[in-house]
Amino acid sequence: MDKRIEVRLAGEGGQGMILAGIILAEAAAIYDGKQATQTQSYGPEARGGASRSEVVISDGEIDHPEVLAPDVVVALSQEAYKKFARTVKPGGLLIVDDERVEVAPDVAAVRVPVVRLSRETTGRAITANTIALGILVGLTGMVSRQAIEKAVAARAPKGTEEMNRKALEAGFAAAEQVKSAVT
Amino acid sequence: MVDHILEAHHLTKQEAQIPPEDWFEANETLQKLRKHKKFPTIWCSGCGLGVVMGALIRAIDHLGLDNDQVALVAGIGCTARMPVYMDFNTLHTTHGRALAFATGLKIARPDMKVIAIMGDGDALAIGGNHFIHAARRNIGITALVVNNSIYGMTGGQYSPTTPVGMRATTAPYGNVEPPFPICDLAMAAGASYVARSTAFHALELDKYLSEAIANDGFSLVEAVSYCHTTYGRINKLGTAADMMRALKDTSIPKASYDKLSPEEQQANTKIVRGVLQRKNRPEYTQIYNLLVEQQTQREEIRPRNTGRR
Amino acid sequence: MTIKLMQGNEAIAQGAIAAGCRFYAGYPITPSTEVAEVMSRELPKVGGKFIQMEDEIASMAAIIGGRVGGLKSMTATSGPGFSLMQENLGYAAMAEIPCVIVNVQRLGPSTGQPTAASQGDVMQARWGTHGDHPIIALSPISVAQSFDLTVKAFNLSEKYRTPVILLTDEIIGHMREPIELPDFNSVEKFEQVVTESPETYKPYSNNGDVPPMAAFGRGYRYHITGLFHDEVGFPTQRLDEVEPWLERVNGKFERNADDILLYETDYQPGARTAVLSYGASARTARHAVKQMRARGEKVNLFTALTIWPFPETAVEALADSVERIIVPEMNLGQLALEVERMAGRRKVVRVNRANGEMVTPDMIIAAAEA
Repeated sequence: MDKRIEVRLAGEGGQGMILAGIILAEAAAIYDGKQATQTQSYGPEARGGASRSEVVISDGEIDHPEVLAPDVVVALSQEAYKKFARTVKPGGLLIVDDERVEVAPDVAAVRVPVVRLSRETTGRAITANTIALGILVGLTGMVSRQAIEKAVAARAPKGTEEMNRKALEAGFAAAEQVKSAVT
Repeated sequence: MVDHILEAHHLTKQEAQIPPEDWFEANETLQKLRKHKKFPTIWCSGCGLGVVMGALIRAIDHLGLDNDQVALVAGIGCTARMPVYMDFNTLHTTHGRALAFATGLKIARPDMKVIAIMGDGDALAIGGNHFIHAARRNIGITALVVNNSIYGMTGGQYSPTTPVGMRATTAPYGNVEPPFPICDLAMAAGASYVARSTAFHALELDKYLSEAIANDGFSLVEAVSYCHTTYGRINKLGTAADMMRALKDTSIPKASYDKLSPEEQQANTKIVRGVLQRKNRPEYTQIYNLLVEQQTQREEIRPRNTGRR
Repeated sequence: MTIKLMQGNEAIAQGAIAAGCRFYAGYPITPSTEVAEVMSRELPKVGGKFIQMEDEIASMAAIIGGRVGGLKSMTATSGPGFSLMQENLGYAAMAEIPCVIVNVQRLGPSTGQPTAASQGDVMQARWGTHGDHPIIALSPISVAQSFDLTVKAFNLSEKYRTPVILLTDEIIGHMREPIELPDFNSVEKFEQVVTESPETYKPYSNNGDVPPMAAFGRGYRYHITGLFHDEVGFPTQRLDEVEPWLERVNGKFERNADDILLYETDYQPGARTAVLSYGASARTARHAVKQMRARGEKVNLFTALTIWPFPETAVEALADSVERIIVPEMNLGQLALEVERMAGRRKVVRVNRANGEMVTPDMIIAAAEA
């Protein structure tokens, strides 16, 4: 069977995690020529609550469209962490915002202060999702850097292209730091 | 075929006022009726519905509308059977939904005159929601509501216009619910033309109906009628003729009503006949068509599928 | 042509526009609202009309009225709204008015879970309105197929003068997948053409399967009713007029089964197990079947795209080829009833999930191993 990569992006409603999933899927499907599905689940609230976006990427046809056992989980809130941290499959990758999530001692996680980094880079918390995408792609290479850059640029609201480009770059830089810290 | 009847009554054709063989073809107004198969009507003899239908036909005729230009939409009930007898585009729908069907039809064909024909139960109980929303949109439909204060077809159950205290098969001890004032409801909801008359005042109905149909927006004409078969019998109101006469005795023209003192108006229990509302409000399909025009023009300048919008 | 990432619900709206739909009436309800939103944006650009009605009863009535006026029409809804539409859906079947009803199934009964997926309306799609009636229901398994089957729904609806239900679900409706939209001008469209003169036109002629339908206001003045009617549309209780109508209308799909029954088969010689599914569950079925085959097992796969009328002959043939059929569904076993009806002595294994979550591949594999 074709190699299948599953990603679960979770956070508070309003953090843009659903959009992050859409951008990741677009990077794969539109710019890398792969197959991708994006699904989501959310509560009745428009803001707040836990929201999650799931992306499956594959070179071949994707049948079951939802994540079964994620290779990567990104959790930007404590509630998201609580719900999904332990769903990551053995040997998989867990990325958390270490200023917003308290990680249990037995859980291995890559910790990056995503929201703070966002504020420092663009002056706004709203680009945290773009930072997270930079970290995620920087660490895994599940889509090409070119593809995610194009996908972010295409989805950025008018006037925020430069802000989002910077945020993505900061995410990639953070990923490099993580990698050099590990090696 | 009628000869033996005439013979039995010792009448000549002229005395019996038998119409000539070509009576149908000779009468242009009657061309609005369907020629074949559908007569006699399902209505009880003496029913006011025939008078109301006559008024509607004369109103359409008066406006000089071509039969193809007119669509009649009806729900379920005695009144709602009216379209089947008339030679227009006729849509006999489900109970209460005439105005919702008519809304779709009017949107598809804004150029056509769409007339929704309903009884009081049809328009105001099961169809009450559609009634207020059609009025709110001021969509170019004429609603003709024939109000006989009862569910006739099902045998005389109380309706949303049955007066308090009157009996019905489901109100054997007298109705305890207050009735809806149909015209007030339409006026409050935004209808741009509202008028009321009765089956007795047939010529008045002609006039109001032709004004209503000529109006661009949502029009309501309440035609107060009666059901001698159910409502009349259970409430001991006499024959069809008695009930028809009562419409004359228990109604007053709006002009007379307006001359009453506020106290007298308050105490008035008679049916007020007249045009109750004329409002200049934009009609729904015309407004929507403007929007379509703007968007189609924009689309011509900007070809489809070229980049993000 | 460019690839876009699109939700199933958006693809339905695009498919409708491509198929020539020019009128949409609806009432907002999760998880179907994207269809209405896209239609409200796109219809005016192509000269079409959109209206948000006061409820789903009115929406269903309005699209029938719109089609009677000559515009191809559609509505979209979910569980509770679909329940409200049943009355006038029956009217469309009785009066033979073409229209498309999208039901993005969510978890029920009642309000249930508005954002959770389900395939719980399978039987309601068939028998939801009162009385015997013919109905077509199509169920897409992907975003691209949401577009294609919407076009198909319109064409079948026009060709056979019938309401067609696009029975999708929250998973397919909300899922985003890549899709390549075709040039809308190249999309095949079925158009009703009346060649007869108004004098001889019979809107409900029983001579042939489907009499052509004239729109109102074009010189063909006739009567449309939800009552039993004769060939010119007038109410009738005469058995010699009612019976030919009954025979024609309730047989019109059977006589055109090849055109209406859509399904995909992927059979392996020597297979003793088959998996039959539809909608989102068919994706899971494929996943599971690939896994089983990767282990060297032989499995037949049947994907029903036309749910109603049920593809009886094809499923009967499938049953003849295997010992058991596994039917995964996001409900307590609805289409399984039809499969059981056709399976004869073969075993039908139900794999059900009715809690808002998808069936998983493991559940199907476990059923195959049991």
